[in-house]
Amino acid sequence: MLSLENISKSIHETLSASLNGTLVLLIEMTIAGVLVISLFAVLGLVLVFMERKVSAYMQIRLGPNRVGYKGFAQTAADTLKLLIKEGLTPDGADKFLFNLAPLLVIIVAMLIMAPIAFTKGFQLWDINIGVLYVSAVSSVGVIGILMAGWASNNKYSLLGAMRSGAQIVSYELSAGLSVITIVILVGSLSINDIIESQRNGWWIFKGHIPVLISFVIFVIAVTAETNRAPFDLAEAESELTAGFHTEYSGMRFALFFLAEYVNIFIVCAIGATLFFGGWMPFHIGSWEAFNHVMDFIPGIVWFFGKVFALIFLIMWFRWTFPRLRIDQLLNLEWKYLLPIAMFNLLLTTVMAITGFYIK
Amino acid sequence: MYRESQIVSETNSPFGGEGAGNLVINVGPQHPATHGVMHLVITMNGETILYVEPHLGYIHRSIEKMCESLSYRQFIYSTSRMDYLSSHINNHGCALAVEKGLQIEVPERAKVIRILMDELTRIASHVLWWGAMAMDVGALTPFFHAFRERELINDIMEETCGARLTMNYMVPGGVMTDLHPNFVKKVKEFVAFFRTKIDEYDTLVTHNVIFKQRMMDVGKISAADAVSFGCTGPVLRACGVKSDIRKLAPYDGYEKLNFEEPLETAGDSYARYLVRMRELRESLSIIDQLIDNIPEGDFQAKTKAVLKLPKGEFYSRVETARGEFGVYIISEGGLTPYRIHFRSPGFANLSCLNQIARGQKIGDLVAMMGTLDLVIPDIDR
Repeated sequence: MLSLENISKSIHETLSASLNGTLVLLIEMTIAGVLVISLFAVLGLVLVFMERKVSAYMQIRLGPNRVGYKGFAQTAADTLKLLIKEGLTPDGADKFLFNLAPLLVIIVAMLIMAPIAFTKGFQLWDINIGVLYVSAVSSVGVIGILMAGWASNNKYSLLGAMRSGAQIVSYELSAGLSVITIVILVGSLSINDIIESQRNGWWIFKGHIPVLISFVIFVIAVTAETNRAPFDLAEAESELTAGFHTEYSGMRFALFFLAEYVNIFIVCAIGATLFFGGWMPFHIGSWEAFNHVMDFIPGIVWFFGKVFALIFLIMWFRWTFPRLRIDQLLNLEWKYLLPIAMFNLLLTTVMAITGFYIK
Repeated sequence: MYRESQIVSETNSPFGGEGAGNLVINVGPQHPATHGVMHLVITMNGETILYVEPHLGYIHRSIEKMCESLSYRQFIYSTSRMDYLSSHINNHGCALAVEKGLQIEVPERAKVIRILMDELTRIASHVLWWGAMAMDVGALTPFFHAFRERELINDIMEETCGARLTMNYMVPGGVMTDLHPNFVKKVKEFVAFFRTKIDEYDTLVTHNVIFKQRMMDVGKISAADAVSFGCTGPVLRACGVKSDIRKLAPYDGYEKLNFEEPLETAGDSYARYLVRMRELRESLSIIDQLIDNIPEGDFQAKTKAVLKLPKGEFYSRVETARGEFGVYIISEGGLTPYRIHFRSPGFANLSCLNQIARGQKIGDLVAMMGTLDLVIPDIDR
């Protein structure tokens, strides 16, 4: 059967048959790297186009519809424009940090891609602490934003960066706690184990109200972590005129832009993995026939379907809600979300110990 | 080279500038929050505002001086360019002043047409404000919804007045042309359509929890302060002071109409927001009362070809979408006014910004400026 798992296996076997281990690893890594970069490019194109179409739909506009078929080539044209644009470095900026910041942000986004399982057996790195790795690496991204804001020598950028710093550091806690609820129920940090545990139903259905609460907290927290409206204080178009990337132009701006969208994809992929079973088809307990029918839909379709549903949710937020103020943002996290998340964690622990969830 | 540090050294803040350890930031003249070309020098401690200093004049066109060399028919047209969102109402005020001087009796039909146009303008202006206001607090979608409704009004205006923004429709003695045959039908359609949309506005923005949090208890001003700063219109009515010129000194038949003056008492950003939202509904009810009762007759009184105001001083005032608009004409009896002064509502409303913004966050400053509903050409003239 033609599946991504079989393809990757057959490539591995063909290479191993003729070459030695180190060379095989090297070639496979190169292939993986090229794949990640191509996925990045495709994701950037698709998500930017999707955002523009979603926003256009909500704002009773048409959105891009001239370049290419129904405007599909619009993002490609925009990228081309950004590529050939001059990347200005403002006078008085810290040149080294200024140029490093977008690279750091994009590298972090690439690194988080590693443990995500796209479909059965199709994963770059099956690391046994997958979820922990994702939360750890994603926090590094904020350094890039702080760097960009500081190095720009612009007060708007500085304010935006400081807001972003406070925001991401705070919301990391809630996101982490809501991830841990699932980890407790599964008993493993590995992405594959988490997906495998949802063979008889997704956690959002199996885990009763505590998992539902942690899903809501997760969505709020990751929206804040990716600096999306209503938590887009770091960019705050009407106040800070773009915040930390005010001074960036050309491809360096495009890297920030791309990183934002890739980050959205990644957090939604994590959300889909934790709460909706990743590539696992929709199974209901012991309904063998139903489960078997569901298995005919390939895992990659399930995975991307779930991820894009979550992405649509986050885009929906952006085009509906007004922005919070910085003190309200921190209040929401420290006074409401964090205590709720902690209590919820306790509840889930009790649930896991007593086994009070659909097994 | 004009470095940022050189511009910001010129703050008059009593708390000191950058030297005193404060953050001095220039908002504008090119900044999305100012909705035009206004320049605010803000002294901040972190994100908390200590002092706001508006710098004006970036779009000053000396309209008052220009008016001194224009005849009494001509000068009205330049007032459309001041508060371009209430151009009808500005023209109305000027026409009233000239009519007062020449003691022209305006036909009933013209009066009703004027009020209809005024209220449509008020709706168009408030709708645009609503969209811009939501954009100021970070919600981008309402802006487009607002423009959808405003476009309908502009279409109505275009048919009758021939213009969409600077209508120049009101002239001394009445209005320039008669109503377009489609006018009544289209206005009725619009009113019915807009009534459903205004409820949508409430669902989307007015009752939104985040929006309420952003607006309540922010930018508070007391009634006494508002009066002493010369604030008028929704800004003053949000403090509970009755100040609607349409009620206090009715003109062109507003006294015959049955409408309410919306008042709030809180004096904060949300109160100003609510006053404007209620004014939208009142304007709709005024249109409802008049649209079926437009009297037949002339749309313009017979006037001389050349208007000459007698020697003396003439003042008229009208209620624009932003507050009280006053026209003060000094005539020496010649073809052109000796001196004209316009009392624009935006200028007075802006003056309270420093008072209400102190101690608030920079994000709220943008929201506050939104609730003051500033139109920069109206401030600078």
